[in-house]
Amino acid sequence: MSAVIDSHHDDHHHGPAKGFSRWLYTTNHKDIGSMYLWFSLVMLFIGGAMAMVIRAELFEPGSQIVSPEFYNQMVTNHGLIMVFGVIMPAFVGFANWMIPMQIGAPDMALPRLNNLSFWILPVAFGILLSTFFMEGGAPNFGWTFYAPLSTEYAPPTVTFFIFSVHIMGASSIMGSINIITTILNMRAPGMTLMKMPLFVWSWFITAYLLIAVMPVLAGAVTMMLMDIHAGTSFFKAGGGGDPVLFQHIFWFFGHPEVYIMILPAFGIVSHIIETFSRKPIFGYSSMVYAIASIALLSFVVWAHHMFTVGMPIAGELFFMYSTMLIAIPTGVKVFNWLSTMFKGSLTFETPMLFAIAFVALFTIGGLSGIMLAIAPADFQYHDTYFVVAHFHYVLVPGALFSLLAAAYYWIPKWTGKMYDETLGKVHFWMSFISVNLTFFPMHFVGLAGMPRRIPDYAMQFADWNMMVSVGAFLFGISQLLFLFIVLKCIYNGKAATTEVWEGAKDKGFEWTVDSPAPYHTFSSPPSMESLKSSS
Amino acid sequence: MFRAIKYSLSLAAALTANFSFAAWDDLNMSPGATQLSQEIFGLHMTVFYVCLAIGIAVLLAMAFILFKYRKKEGVKPADFDDSTALEITWTVLFALILIVLAVPATSVMIKAYDDQEGDINILITGHQWKWQYEYIEDEVGFFSNLSTSLDKRNNLAPKDENYLLEVDEPLVIPTNTRVRFLITANDVIHSWWVPDFAIKQDAIPGFVNTGWTYVNEPGVFRGQCTELCGQYHGYMPIVVKAVSPEEYSTFIRDKKEAKIQQALLTEKLWSTSELMEIGEGIYQKNCVACHQIGGRGIPPVFPSLVGSEIVMRNKARHIEILMEGVQGAAMASYAEQLSEVEIAAVITYTRQAWGNAETGDGKIVIPKEILDYKTNKL
Repeated sequence: MSAVIDSHHDDHHHGPAKGFSRWLYTTNHKDIGSMYLWFSLVMLFIGGAMAMVIRAELFEPGSQIVSPEFYNQMVTNHGLIMVFGVIMPAFVGFANWMIPMQIGAPDMALPRLNNLSFWILPVAFGILLSTFFMEGGAPNFGWTFYAPLSTEYAPPTVTFFIFSVHIMGASSIMGSINIITTILNMRAPGMTLMKMPLFVWSWFITAYLLIAVMPVLAGAVTMMLMDIHAGTSFFKAGGGGDPVLFQHIFWFFGHPEVYIMILPAFGIVSHIIETFSRKPIFGYSSMVYAIASIALLSFVVWAHHMFTVGMPIAGELFFMYSTMLIAIPTGVKVFNWLSTMFKGSLTFETPMLFAIAFVALFTIGGLSGIMLAIAPADFQYHDTYFVVAHFHYVLVPGALFSLLAAAYYWIPKWTGKMYDETLGKVHFWMSFISVNLTFFPMHFVGLAGMPRRIPDYAMQFADWNMMVSVGAFLFGISQLLFLFIVLKCIYNGKAATTEVWEGAKDKGFEWTVDSPAPYHTFSSPPSMESLKSSS
Repeated sequence: MFRAIKYSLSLAAALTANFSFAAWDDLNMSPGATQLSQEIFGLHMTVFYVCLAIGIAVLLAMAFILFKYRKKEGVKPADFDDSTALEITWTVLFALILIVLAVPATSVMIKAYDDQEGDINILITGHQWKWQYEYIEDEVGFFSNLSTSLDKRNNLAPKDENYLLEVDEPLVIPTNTRVRFLITANDVIHSWWVPDFAIKQDAIPGFVNTGWTYVNEPGVFRGQCTELCGQYHGYMPIVVKAVSPEEYSTFIRDKKEAKIQQALLTEKLWSTSELMEIGEGIYQKNCVACHQIGGRGIPPVFPSLVGSEIVMRNKARHIEILMEGVQGAAMASYAEQLSEVEIAAVITYTRQAWGNAETGDGKIVIPKEILDYKTNKL
């Protein structure tokens, strides 16, 4: 039992270092994955607190708790933090934890890069959040930061914002390079591309999207920087520049970006549904092709965010048709999930509840997406709460629910302990009810004509807005319960088995290793046969 | 006992009587006031019903599967994982549904994109945070500002039906006439939206977008700016009043008359108190948003006017700022927006108010000086 013998015995299974340096210097995919996940949970509460301020201001008509200027700062930073600080890092956290384990690799291919790509993120968000304490206040031009509001008319802190976005982009690009390199080079023998788990596939494609569009975002903010400080006129109409160019560049990044936030969710949900249906996933190859086609289409639909900028009619029609096309692969995925459950043997543990809610509510978000794709009707929907309802349906009960589902699904494997199933279900039902209470009425106020990003509104929108605010407060409180459940699991959970879930048998390499998974998972590659033979 | 029942019954009656959830009237898009808006509304409803049908079908199928195939003792799950025929079927089905939707969408789109000249052409310019309307043929125009009082916005006075949807001067258009709007902006991007016309066009500096309408019946139509344009984005509504062509010609005649009167005013002899009175009104309407009620601004973005070197001692630069705006800052030029009298009055007001007259040179500016500035520039 002496430490000397232990360390000798664990020659190449040595444990982590102790203290803060463990986290600062770590090159271990599990440690880095955990840091990404904790980081995004912290950011979720910061971005969520901003949403609470927004909803408190909109609780009733009239000025309530903050000034219109601060309201705009809340709207802007809520969006930036949720997109770049919560959803994206959380998916990268899952990628770090699960991709090596799912493909039978010992770690990520580029561990030091991995460390760096995480540690620059808190720096980026530290810079962004520090602008709240500077003269002129934080960025206030919306997360889409349209020029010239974000250039000629921006607060002086915009420069910090630009620097922060650059760092976030660098982090994402490094993370993506790492993920692609790992997937291409470190799969277990016999795991051909078309045998990879769907989560790995979804991240493989997402990583290419990130590498393709993050430099575009970097280009956009660099042009802003030049316009602000170097006297150029990329987006300055007065100097012969073009404000609409900014929107084209932004959305050429921005539309693939929204799929970056949903494709890994598709992978996660596929795993959870097949596990709790006790059946193999239906239409594996069509799932892969669907993700790939969504990714490709994402590059040719960007201007559907810009139907009202005055494009020529040919442009309007092209972007309307191409956007409608996305419904096909997305519909295929929904039907495949339903077919996976069809004739299965379903149980409804917390991850499955969140996954089912994902399919149901993502479908609602997808259908309102079809409505928004119809260009002439979009003249009425554009920049109203209908759009707010749409993208929150795909991002909250969509992306965020998939993240919660994934956390419940894999946390027993990470900690070796089970979470409290009863509390998990309470968390699910509270989240499910409040998320709909929050976002469903937004469809109504949007259709009735309430513009987005306004700090005060006309009397006719009062009743629904109060309901939305109540729902939002409930949803906020529900997520504190999640934090409690995670802590309770880590410190006080019952021991989990190797397989964790009854239906997880043969569903992937991660269910063949101990719970908790050893610090270094596979020192020699596992064999594909080991998955097959046991069935 | 009886009393308790009676009490609870009357309470229930009172509750139901008081329960009025006004929002049920505002669930959907308005069909609007023009043929185009009604066609877009029809398109919206078509797409909505198709999506609703798909949504209900998917959710019902899901509910059925979740119930029917829940885990039962002794029932083994199936192990199929593919069906090419099935997958091709639903892929084709989706494609067909989309084609059905694309056809009417294309035809409505073409109608909306008719940008022939109108019988009347109106140039709409978005400013932070007001709309400017200019009747191109008649060479008259004006600015349209939110008229909801600060007291209402700060919950010090009761709000009424048109809270935040009312302006000091609505855009007036004639019925039964093709009206074309040319839409642009002076500072940041705004978006001009009147739901009842189904027009939403971004107002972009350096671009002129178009929209058109043809209203049959007189009426008042309200809308809002729909592109985030800074802190008072929520406070620049649009009100359009459609009137009969006769009433419209009277309106234009009055406008032309007022324009001539305005020009004559620059010749008049003005006293400081007259200028101060007009200036205070102009300041409340145009300047408080940034420079605040007491003139102290919100530094560093919106500088304080109290004790400012320019306001106290540099009259020439003061006039120049009002006329030209400040490059790279939020301060816009008011040369077009305000008359000579109004500019002179508001400069005088800021030079006199808040103790500036006592600490500074206290010089006033008369309308003639503004006119001279304009003339010299030519």
